Amino acid sequence: MNSSQTVSRWDLFVETFFSQRLIDEYSGAIAEGVLITCEIALLVVVTGIALGLLLAMLRSYRFLPFNVLVLCLVDILRSLPPLVLILLAYFGLPAIGFSMSGFVVLWLVLSLILAAFAEEIFWAGILSIRRGQWEAARSTGLGHTQTIVYVIIPQAVRMTVAPLTNRTIAITKNTALGTVIGVGEILNQASTAQSFSGNATPLMMGAIAYIILFIPVVAVGRWIETRFAWRRI
Amino acid sequence: MNLFLESFFNFQIMSEASPLLIRGLGTTAMLCAVVIPLGLIGGLTVALMALSSNTWLRWSIIALIDLFRAVPPLVLLIFIYSGLPFAGIELSPFTAVCVGFFLNNSAYYAEIYRAGIESVGVGQMEAARSTGLKNIQAMVYVILPQATRNVLPDLLSNTIEVVKLTSIASVVALQELLYSADMARSVTYNSSPIVMAAGIYLLILWPVVRMLSKLEHKVGH
Repeated sequence: MNSSQTVSRWDLFVETFFSQRLIDEYSGAIAEGVLITCEIALLVVVTGIALGLLLAMLRSYRFLPFNVLVLCLVDILRSLPPLVLILLAYFGLPAIGFSMSGFVVLWLVLSLILAAFAEEIFWAGILSIRRGQWEAARSTGLGHTQTIVYVIIPQAVRMTVAPLTNRTIAITKNTALGTVIGVGEILNQASTAQSFSGNATPLMMGAIAYIILFIPVVAVGRWIETRFAWRRI
Repeated sequence: MNLFLESFFNFQIMSEASPLLIRGLGTTAMLCAVVIPLGLIGGLTVALMALSSNTWLRWSIIALIDLFRAVPPLVLLIFIYSGLPFAGIELSPFTAVCVGFFLNNSAYYAEIYRAGIESVGVGQMEAARSTGLKNIQAMVYVILPQATRNVLPDLLSNTIEVVKLTSIASVVALQELLYSADMARSVTYNSSPIVMAAGIYLLILWPVVRMLSKLEHKVGH
């Protein structure tokens, strides 16, 4: 008696979170979500880091008005919750004539946020390079730009790898916020399927998709952290 | 220009929405007051368990930390809020947010504490033990104070992230600051309330972000 009861409870659990029928029915939708999540994540990583590096390099020219502007922008982007910016861009900008799809809004907002954090990390890296390196490079006849590109950045980047990786992972996971503005990423597909089917299986599938996608990334981040540990000079 | 001001800085709409937003801010503050201490305590506990000499315990804790670092907080929150009721566990939005944040934040704070504890030299533990302190005493009086100081910028940085993250509670209809602002937006068809909410977040977090930048540069040199 007792054992049959536990079996039926187990069946109920499986039926609620791992229903085979629903797994078959919705795996296509979840796969589509995975594709969209990957697309946005890759775009954000590329544009965000490139923009952050560019800003940090421009900051090294120490042109005061520009630096004040960058600093304010970076601080604002670091202080505001991403969801606030997403809602503002998605619902606010159309009122002044800029209508963008949810995909573009998510990409732009997350790129800007990553750029802000990356700029700070790269700038800290640039500052940590000793003056002698600048002076030596300049004395060989390199210009300021050449010094940054060939001497400073290659050394600075090494020190920024660990903090930058962690920050990038954290911001990439924010792609899930896209569900709020209707971007068809994993979470969006999963919650839509859940409300259609009245069953928690799609949510479980979504969660597992994220785990499969991000566990390797987190593990690589952990490895990089020990490999490129910030060495104080 | 007028259109821009009308759409984003409409002071009449802002003043009408302000009582709602202030109530939302209260909820956000209460949420922070619960989830930050919970995360700090959970994280410290997990970090100490992750340093255990029992290999099994150590590896399962590290696996759990990575699991909760891999799942986006919003996914975890929605799973808890709308997935668990199917298993008969129904939580209020506030409780669901607290549980989700506890799981997520503990993992992040644990990693920070772990790095901090590992940054303290082995000699400190040995010296403390040799003066007759027990393991726990050495940890509490000698290792943890130094460890915390070493990772103070990271703890602060993560706490800023937690405060910002409370905004995702709006997705499960917890009436915190962003939810209130978004409600006002959808009623007025005007984004000024969200700009106002952004202003409030900025007012609270900008000084902390500045302080963090100073602290990071100080530790870095």
